[in-house]
Amino acid sequence: MFKYIKQLTSFVAMVAVLFAFSTEAMAKKSKTLKNTQKKGFVRCGVSQGLPGFSNADASGNWTGVDVDVCRAVAAATLGDANKVKFTPLSAKERFTALTSGEIDILSRNTTWTLSRDADIGLTFVGVNFYDGQGFMVRKDSGITSTSQFKDGISACTNIGTTTELNMRDFFTSRGISYEPVAFEKADEVVAAYDAGRCDTYTTDKSGLAAQRTKMSNPDDHIVLPETISKEPLGPVVRQGDAVWEDIVRWSLNVMIEAEEYGITSSNADSMKTSDNPAIKRLVGAEGELGAAFGLDNEWSLRIIKQVGNYGESYKRNIADTGILPDRGPNQLWTKGGILYVPPAR
Amino acid sequence: MNFKVKKIVPQLITLALVFLIFGFFTFNAQVNMDNRGIEFGYGFLTQESSFDVQFSLIEYDGSHSYARAYLVGLLNTLLVAFIGIIISTIIGVIIGIARLSPNYLIERSAAFYVEFFRNIPLLLQIFFWYFAALRALPLPQDADSIFGVSYLTIKGFFVPRFVWENLDIFFYSIIAAIISIVVIKNYARKLQENKGKQLPVFSISAGLLIILPLLTFLIGGVSLDFEVPVIKQLSTTSFIYEGGLGIPPELIALTLALALYTATFIAECVRAGIQGISKGQKEAAASIGLTPNQVLKLVIMPQALRIIIPPTTNQYLNLTKNSSLAAAIAYPDLVLVFAGTALMQTGRAIEIVSITMFTYLSISLSISLLMNWYNKKIAIKEK
Repeated sequence: MFKYIKQLTSFVAMVAVLFAFSTEAMAKKSKTLKNTQKKGFVRCGVSQGLPGFSNADASGNWTGVDVDVCRAVAAATLGDANKVKFTPLSAKERFTALTSGEIDILSRNTTWTLSRDADIGLTFVGVNFYDGQGFMVRKDSGITSTSQFKDGISACTNIGTTTELNMRDFFTSRGISYEPVAFEKADEVVAAYDAGRCDTYTTDKSGLAAQRTKMSNPDDHIVLPETISKEPLGPVVRQGDAVWEDIVRWSLNVMIEAEEYGITSSNADSMKTSDNPAIKRLVGAEGELGAAFGLDNEWSLRIIKQVGNYGESYKRNIADTGILPDRGPNQLWTKGGILYVPPAR
Repeated sequence: MNFKVKKIVPQLITLALVFLIFGFFTFNAQVNMDNRGIEFGYGFLTQESSFDVQFSLIEYDGSHSYARAYLVGLLNTLLVAFIGIIISTIIGVIIGIARLSPNYLIERSAAFYVEFFRNIPLLLQIFFWYFAALRALPLPQDADSIFGVSYLTIKGFFVPRFVWENLDIFFYSIIAAIISIVVIKNYARKLQENKGKQLPVFSISAGLLIILPLLTFLIGGVSLDFEVPVIKQLSTTSFIYEGGLGIPPELIALTLALALYTATFIAECVRAGIQGISKGQKEAAASIGLTPNQVLKLVIMPQALRIIIPPTTNQYLNLTKNSSLAAAIAYPDLVLVFAGTALMQTGRAIEIVSITMFTYLSISLSISLLMNWYNKKIAIKEK
C-alpha cells in the first residue's frame, strides 16, 4: 500500500512539473507564432507591385525591402527565408486583410500615423524606410518647384493613402485650387498621368522613383525637390499578440543592427568567434536572445545569413535597380542618416 | 391539430436556424473586434473628413464631415445611374425597334450592336472608354472648339455654364405649365368620353411649355447668361479651361460604358415585348380604321409595355449596381469616396461597408418600387 502511495505522489509530481513547464512554454509562445509554425509559412501582405519595395518578377518571385522583412521573420521563425506566402493587396484592402487575420504581417510601404496605430486594431513595429511625399511632373512643363503650381492643376494619386490627406493640406495651405483624381490601383494612376490626364502625380518619393521606371519614357519626367510630408514606412501587425509584435520588430532591428556592426550574409558564420560581445549576441554565439520570443538562439544568425543586413537589402533592391541610389535619411545614424534602432541585448 | 403542428414546426426550426446563424456571425465579429481593440460605432460620421473629392454636386471640401462625403458619393452614384438609365433607355428602344425593321441593313447593324456590346465584360468596356478613348483626345491647348464655346479634351469636356438670374421664378413657371397640362389632359379625356369631341392636346401642351417660361423672361425678371470656358496656362506645356462647366472624363467614360452596355439588354426586352403581341391585334386595330400611328400608340405599345417593363427594371437595377465599377477609373462614386477613401482613413470597415450595402439596397428597392407602381398602372384592369 505504502509503495503505491509513493508511486502515485511521484507520478503526480511529474505531471505537475510537466504541466508547469508546458504552461511556461505556452506563455512564451504567441498564438500567431504557433499558427505560423503549424502552417509552415509566414503570411505576408505586400503591394500589388512597387519596384524596390515589393514586386514580383515574371516567375512570381517577390523581391524588395518590404519583402525582405517578411523573409527575415520566416528565417527567424521557420528557419527558411523562402517560406513566405505573399498576398498582394491594394491600399484599400490592406488593413482589413490584417485585422481579419488573412495575413499576419503587413509589409507594404505603409505610413505610420497616430490614427492608424491607435484606432483600427493595428500596431506598427518599426520603420524600414523613411520617406516623404513629393510630386512628379513632365520635364517639358518647365516646372522645377512646387512654388510654380497654379490654380486649376490636376493631381493624380491613389485612394486610401495618407497621400490624399497630405495633398489637401499642401494645396489648401497654399491657397491653390486643384483637381484630385484618385484611382484604386497604382498602375491606373500611372497610366492616367502618362496619358496627360493630370499635370502632376503625387505619392511617396520612393514610390515616384519606382513608378517612373514604369513610364513609357522615364526621362520625360522629373521628381520635384520638395518633400511635403513625413512618411515613415514600416511593417504592421495585428494588435493583441505582443510576442509576435516583438518577433517582427526585432527581425527588422537585427537587420539594421547587423549592418551597424558590419555583419553581412557572407561573413556571419565567421563572426561567431568575434571579440565583440554585441556581435556574438547578434549571431547567437552568446546570450539567450531568442528564448524571450520562444525561438532558438540562432534566429538572428539565420536572418543575416539568408536575407542579409539592411544595407545589403537596400543595395540589392533599391540602389542597384537605379530607383534611389542615394540612401538619404535611410543611412545608419553613424553615417549621417537617421536609422537608429535599440540595441539587441 | 396534428397537421397544423406539422406545418408550423419546420418553419419555426428554419427561423431559429437563421437567427442562430446571424447571431453567431454578429457574436463572432464582436469577439474578434474586442480582441483586436476595435470599437464599433458611427461617431466617426461627424468627424472632419480632411480629404477632397474631384467632383461633387454639392459644396464639399475636406473640412466637411464624413457624413457629407457620404452624401457626395451617393449623389455622384445617383447622377451616373440617372443619366445612364435615360441614355440606355433611348438607345435601347431605338435599337430594339431597329431589330424588327424590315430594312436588312438596319436590322443587321442593330443585331451586331447588341451582340458586340453585351458580350464584352463591362469593366473592360469602361477601361476601353477611359484609357483608350481618353488617350485619343487632344490636350487642352490642341483641342478644336465645338461651336466656338465647347472643348472636348483629355482633361474633360468643357462647356458653357448657364448663369441664371431669378432661376426660381423660371422653375415655378415650368411647374405651373406641367400642372395646367395635366388639368387640360383630364378635361380633354372627359370631353371625349362625354361628348365625343377631340381637343388638340399635344399642341396646347407644347404651347404652354414654351410660352409660360418665355413669359418669365419678358416680365418675370429672369435672365440667362453664358459663361464660356477660357483657356489658361498652368506651365509651359500644360493648360486647363477655366470658367464654364467642366465635365470630368471619368463621368463621360463611365456613363457611356454603362449606357451602351445596358442598352443592349433593354433593346432585347423591347424586341421581345413587341414580338410578344400577336399579329391579330395589329390587323384588328387596322380593320377598325386606326392609323398606323394610332395602332402603335393605342394598341401595340400599351400591351407590349406590360412585357417590357419587368425585365427592363432588372436592367435599371443592374446599371445602378454596375456603376460601382467607377472606382477603377477614379470617378468619385459612393464606393470610391465612402467605401474607399473614407473606409481607409477611418478603418471602420464593418460600419462603412454596412452603410454602403444598405444604401445600394435602398436605391435598388426604390427603383423597383417605382417600376412596380408603373407596371401596375399599365397592367390590364380587369372589370
